Amino acid sequence: MLELSELHQETRTEEAVAWHRKDLLDTDCLSPAEIELVMETAAAMDEVRSRPVGKVATLRGCTVVTLFYEQSTRTRASFEVAAKAMGADVVNMTASGSSVEKGESLIDTVRTLEAIGADVVVMRHGRSGAPYLAARNTSASIVNGGDGTHAHPTQALLDLYTMRRHVGDLAGKKVVIVGDILHSRVARSNIWTLMAQGAEVVLCGPATLLPRTLAATGERGSCTVTTNFDDAVEGADVVMALRMQKERQQGGLIASIRDYIRGYQLNSARLDRARPGALVMHPGPMNEGIEIAPEVAHGLASVIEEQVSNGVSVRMAVLYLLTAGRRAHAA
Amino acid sequence: MNGEQLLGPDEITRSLRRLAHEIVENNRGTEKLVLVGLLTRGYTLAHRLAALIAEFEGAAIPVGRLDIGLYRDDIGQRAIPPRLRPSEIPAPIDGATVVLVDDVLFTGRSIRAALDALVDFGRPARVRLAVLVDRGHRELPIRPDFVGKNIPTALFQSVEVRLHEVDGDDGVFVLGTEVTHARAQ
Amino acid sequence: MPPELLIRGGRVVDPASGTDATLDVLVRDGVIAATGPSLEARGARVIDAKGLVVTPGFVDLHAHLREPGFEQKGTIATETLAALRGGFTTVCAMPNTLPAPDSAPVVEALLERIARDARARVFPIGCVTRRREGKELAEIGELAASGCVALSDDGSPVADAGLMRRALELAGAAGLVLSEHSDDPVLNAGGVMNEGRVSERLGLKGQPVAAEVTAIARNIALCETSGARLHLAHVSTARSVELVAEAKSRGLPVTCEVTPSHLFLTEDAVFGAGDEPAYDTAAKINPPLRTEADRLALLRALDAGVIDAIATDHAPHAREDKLCEFDLAAPGLSCFETTLGTVMTLVTRGELDFAAAIAALTVNPARAFTLDARVPGLGTLRPGAPGDITIFDPAARWTVDVTRFVSKGRNSALDGTTLTGQVRYVVTGGALAFEMEAAYA
Repeated sequence: MLELSELHQETRTEEAVAWHRKDLLDTDCLSPAEIELVMETAAAMDEVRSRPVGKVATLRGCTVVTLFYEQSTRTRASFEVAAKAMGADVVNMTASGSSVEKGESLIDTVRTLEAIGADVVVMRHGRSGAPYLAARNTSASIVNGGDGTHAHPTQALLDLYTMRRHVGDLAGKKVVIVGDILHSRVARSNIWTLMAQGAEVVLCGPATLLPRTLAATGERGSCTVTTNFDDAVEGADVVMALRMQKERQQGGLIASIRDYIRGYQLNSARLDRARPGALVMHPGPMNEGIEIAPEVAHGLASVIEEQVSNGVSVRMAVLYLLTAGRRAHAA
Repeated sequence: MNGEQLLGPDEITRSLRRLAHEIVENNRGTEKLVLVGLLTRGYTLAHRLAALIAEFEGAAIPVGRLDIGLYRDDIGQRAIPPRLRPSEIPAPIDGATVVLVDDVLFTGRSIRAALDALVDFGRPARVRLAVLVDRGHRELPIRPDFVGKNIPTALFQSVEVRLHEVDGDDGVFVLGTEVTHARAQ
Repeated sequence: MPPELLIRGGRVVDPASGTDATLDVLVRDGVIAATGPSLEARGARVIDAKGLVVTPGFVDLHAHLREPGFEQKGTIATETLAALRGGFTTVCAMPNTLPAPDSAPVVEALLERIARDARARVFPIGCVTRRREGKELAEIGELAASGCVALSDDGSPVADAGLMRRALELAGAAGLVLSEHSDDPVLNAGGVMNEGRVSERLGLKGQPVAAEVTAIARNIALCETSGARLHLAHVSTARSVELVAEAKSRGLPVTCEVTPSHLFLTEDAVFGAGDEPAYDTAAKINPPLRTEADRLALLRALDAGVIDAIATDHAPHAREDKLCEFDLAAPGLSCFETTLGTVMTLVTRGELDFAAAIAALTVNPARAFTLDARVPGLGTLRPGAPGDITIFDPAARWTVDVTRFVSKGRNSALDGTTLTGQVRYVVTGGALAFEMEAAYA
């Protein structure tokens, strides 16, 4: 809850924090002030959702298209609920059964959507960087709903929102992300937001799935990589397990699921090594019993369901910020 | 602060004191009374009014705050999205008398948005409007029930209310002169 | 025969003879007649080359003319004109066409098109394997007889070491150099850019240095026993040139080339210059742009003579081939028209030795593919050599504008870049074939 004194501090600076972006493609370019604005706006959206009438008409007349080239029920549903809670019209498009299947280029598809009145296109695409191509070629706002193995900015923002609600200021806090880092857009986008908060990020996974050049020292936070999960989890404030795709075994990147579990499953023995009360997170969908033990996934420390709920508020905030100032970036 | 001071700290306090009495009188007491201030300075004023009422009535009036950003009629037409903060209505408003509190009443568009916002929280028995300053130039059929001070202004002028909780001192100022107006045109 | 041509007062640089002096060059009957001070030729057309550099016409060992089969990307006519504009008077055409030149009839048909349309001298490179599929050998003897100057499967490395070994043996017997894109397709599977900092940042599948290095090591080992000349196409890593240096020090008949793109750009070009990643498909090339350390090692190797030739790997593409997702974009840059500019910019910056650069554009590539055995004096200015001459302004600064390319391919990673060094005149067969419009700066 916002205290009166806090309210007073922020007055007369209202114009200082401003959102000027047409698109949300990744978290890497967001300034700490912009991240703060998303967090603050998401908190307001949380409050809207808690009302008897849990929706508003702010985005009435605004069309949000979800353009999904990859299967996803969770992210798409979250964006759809968020858009509808803001009063927008939502059109869902999938690659299968559309002109995309007939070989239409991404640029043509996005321009067509713009021509039929899309204000925002939420895009999930299997190719890293595809939303950047789209964003350069349309005046509609592009929200990256996950591109290849590159970025998933709204997931990182909802993760941050969830962490801050429980851990507070993340400066100096240890956040361990464990799993298939190499193929994880969630991990990549989380690095930027967490480092901007001054967190100590530890990326952990099998050597074959651990991109070592992601290690970095930022102005505030840091990011390190390690293959030793037992050591990494020591004293952690947050442990985030990533989905382990079974195809990685066929690709020869892990010897076997059993081998992976032995080294990298987030189980209660490992969680005991983290700081008492450490948060357990997972971007979903979970393979319970593989990357995360069921007792941990559903344990007291787990905020996995809350992540999903917060995702709606954060996506409402993103849609609001991108559309409420649309005239400005259309000009 | 540039501009002409129209009300000083004492005059603001006197106006609020009168408003507090009028609100209670109009409501025939403090029962089922909820003050809802528009963020930011309306909320500050609502707190002051509640404190004044507590002084002479001995009753604690619930004070809520309303962010009208999501209900503005100029969404998408502004250069940057208005900043949002969570609203909070601490008491049920169904069947209550809600007094909306704002610092300056001008076009009426903020109050229109506030009315929309309010109905998302429930169905008040009646809604009243209290403002510290009414500067005229209404663009919507909205009329205040309790007015601290009527200040006729020109359209090109602006009225700024400063409150010590927010701004460090109290005062109401009119900004913009005939000279600057001429230049602006 | 065209009239005599007198190129007067230029800085004549002929690496074959070690000439670097202000001289005149006289061209008569399509060949170099004389090089010397204050030559006289009554009635000759005179080109005032004062302040300009006069060199043998550039020789490119690696270009994609796209015809037949991919005329939407480029044709022999358009791309050889682009070559001239870049100072290249001789171009070796890679065989990734449709059909691919894997048999005499295809080569003969190609030579007919070349005779009809080419604005520069074009030598075809034949396939190593049928349809460049890496399964069955092409008829190598027949390809040699029909006029191919080298063999290559271009961007499809010969993955099967046994097949490569036999190909080298047959190429050696036929007297053809084998130009190999050295790459391990398994290590590289799915890779679209250099594996490392940028690829991991962008979530793009990387092409590890090891894929090139292991293939080069393998190919050098196979060359050693085959008796054939091995040419390593577009080496891109520091480790690659170390292997080549070692092979050369043992006297193996190994040569190699580097592209101007790998000398000038790094993997950072994929990210772009901004804060936000560009996923710039213009900077997608195979082998990929590598790191700054690799780039510097390539420059040093060129200076040291470990790298024989600057070869363009000119690869024109249609707009839609690049205007798509990075993974799906076609690799390669259209770079005939920017090569001299990039090379002279590197020279101006002090990153590259001028004499080494000119040798790598002229006599050294001619020797690497023994083109001078086919056309005596090719790549030199000695009397009797073909009248192929490039005259350029070494100091002119100009800004690359792809809309002014004569190549069909506008796919340059250098659009908007200001370069130093611009071709002014190109002479082929003793006649002025190209003159740069004065306004291009």
